[in-house]
Amino acid sequence: MDFIPNILFAIALIIGGGYFAKNVKSLIRNIKLGRDQEIKDNKSERWKNTINIALGQSKMVKRPIAGFLHIVVYVGFIIINIEVLEIIIDGLFGTHRIGLSILPVSVYGFLIASFEILAVGVLVSVIAFWIRRNIIKLKRFLSAEMKGWPKSDGNIILYFEVVLMCLFLIMNATDSSFQALDSGNVISQFIAPLFSGLSEATLHVVERTAWWLHILGILVFLNYLYFSKHLHILLAFPNVYYGKLTPQGQFTNNEAVTKEVKLMMDPTADPFAAPAEADANAVPEKFGASDVQDLSWLNLLNAYTCTECGRCTSECPANQTGKKLSPRKIMMDTRDRLTEVGNNIDANKGTFVPDGKQLLNDYITKEELWACTSCNACVEACPVSIDPLNIIMEMRRYLVMEESAAPTELNYMMSNIENNGAPWPYNQQDRLNWAQEN
Amino acid sequence: MSEQLKVPTMAEFMAEGKQPEILFWVGSAGSYDDRAKKITKAFVKLLHEAKVDFAVLGTEESATGDIAKRVGNEFLFQMQAVMNIEILNGYGIKRIVTCDPHSFNCIKNEYPGLGGTYDVIHHTQYIKELFETGRLTLKEDKFKGKRITFHDPCYLGRANKEYDAPRDVLGKTSATLTEMKRHKSTALCCGAGGGQMFKEPEPGTMDINVLRTEDALKTNPDIIATGCPYCNTMMTDGVKYKEKEGSIVVKDVAEIIAEGL
Ligand code: SF4
Ligand code: SF4
Repeated sequence: MDFIPNILFAIALIIGGGYFAKNVKSLIRNIKLGRDQEIKDNKSERWKNTINIALGQSKMVKRPIAGFLHIVVYVGFIIINIEVLEIIIDGLFGTHRIGLSILPVSVYGFLIASFEILAVGVLVSVIAFWIRRNIIKLKRFLSAEMKGWPKSDGNIILYFEVVLMCLFLIMNATDSSFQALDSGNVISQFIAPLFSGLSEATLHVVERTAWWLHILGILVFLNYLYFSKHLHILLAFPNVYYGKLTPQGQFTNNEAVTKEVKLMMDPTADPFAAPAEADANAVPEKFGASDVQDLSWLNLLNAYTCTECGRCTSECPANQTGKKLSPRKIMMDTRDRLTEVGNNIDANKGTFVPDGKQLLNDYITKEELWACTSCNACVEACPVSIDPLNIIMEMRRYLVMEESAAPTELNYMMSNIENNGAPWPYNQQDRLNWAQEN
Repeated sequence: MSEQLKVPTMAEFMAEGKQPEILFWVGSAGSYDDRAKKITKAFVKLLHEAKVDFAVLGTEESATGDIAKRVGNEFLFQMQAVMNIEILNGYGIKRIVTCDPHSFNCIKNEYPGLGGTYDVIHHTQYIKELFETGRLTLKEDKFKGKRITFHDPCYLGRANKEYDAPRDVLGKTSATLTEMKRHKSTALCCGAGGGQMFKEPEPGTMDINVLRTEDALKTNPDIIATGCPYCNTMMTDGVKYKEKEGSIVVKDVAEIIAEGL
């Protein structure tokens, strides 16, 4: 019956991994609901950004305290996961600390020692993060969009980290053969005395329990990601890779509009010509976005990547002056609506059944959209290259071109441009008058 | 500036079969807005001083369509762009300078996709170039002991990463340059962009231009310098709101340099 734990372990691994694969599939399907956008240029610059911004966290450290703490947690997270590799092998083959039979004791000890030190670093940072969120109550974690689930989500993940790190240390502390080696137990040797009264057998049970909870915890964590802002630990990489490389001020020119404008300006085109046969049944292209399907896949990837850190919102001039607009909320709304659409598709055997809702109005209001100054402060601030402004602009395009629903003053300004080539009601013929005035 | 300015148009250049060194894109604000016209004239004075062979489009110039684009009217933007590009290409324009960062950004970044590719520079970049090539020198030191703080226009700074040219140019004066706490990439918007200049702000606790003016006031300046006609209006209004117009002036970089000629 010695192999029962191995089988149980394999089952846990398959269930955990299977669910994770299913989540990833839904994620990819949902992102692909967005419009096509081809991004194949500048591969080397994109890799450079991925290494600097995603891996190197160059934008995180713009705020040094949070940046430093985050790097500790992040490095800890990645490196301690090397230990998971050993756990998986041990679990599947019934070995114990397989690393010891492959590596010299000193090397193995060095590895575990660094994991233990990092685990303490992670614990300290996570506690600091918790204090920032719950006791110091940093302003950017208190906005309207951070009530309810987003608030719990932020804390849950911190508790998770604390538990996982503690389990890892307890597992080492109660492993008497490992303690006997006296190599690598830099931290756990101080925890071991806490368990000194226990019999060898009890100690073993504690060690096994910690071991099991640790690996099960990691599997649960993996599957929690899909429902959490913590998706960014995976998506930050593709998101930064595909991030905008052109100047921040450069907005895309809508190609469908270009076609129509060219046609209108072309003196040889017959305005009354019947549309070509093939076009008769074509759905006319919708300008701008009123729902998530009208956004590009990159906008949707952005939404899933958002860490809800609120750096964008805290730099936003509209938000700082009390307007409803919050670029973080734009990203969270887009993600929440996308999840809703995804669930709808799942519930209806793979097709979306209109639910009478959309991103515009049901999630993001016109008041928010019209408060934006297009200043790019949010884009500049985002540590993972998200572009909230692009979504705002796509939605403005819908409002103006599909619904003619701009504020009156803007309509007035636009008709001035149309009629006399300036946003004010001056005569085009007076455009050079300034040169004559003294 | 009581003497009449000589402002040649492209049509005149064409008639004589000549090409100017550079086209000065005046922009709608620079053409019609009373405050912005002063910036336009100061820049023209500067161009004359540096003996730059320049021209304007005059009545053939039309709004770039930038504001239309930022408020979501892609149709209107592209109509304006195509019209302007036709004229610019018709004259064989290669190089364009403008005092408006919005026109600068729009023509530089968004016109190429519609068939209009030019070397577009902001006037602070051009003034810097004129200094570097020795075509322009400051004669009068009017700014000794003055404190100047520069407000980065979003569409020059963050949008196009030009933070140094205006500062280098201001550095030619003997004024003391001070920086606001948030400057360059973290500069706060003046509140005019994205069409806000033309509408009432949404309900909130204060106006953006007042918040930005407060940033500037903390540096205790004599002059708030800008490089954008819209920023200029916003900051001027902010200074008035703070009742500081008696002690602080808002000036464009071009105006500051023109005064020292
Ligand atoms: S671009 Fe719009 S949303 Fe982003 S910071 Fe500026 S005003 Fe806020
Ligand atoms: S968009 Fe970027 S800056 Fe804003 S909350 Fe999300 S991750 Fe943070």
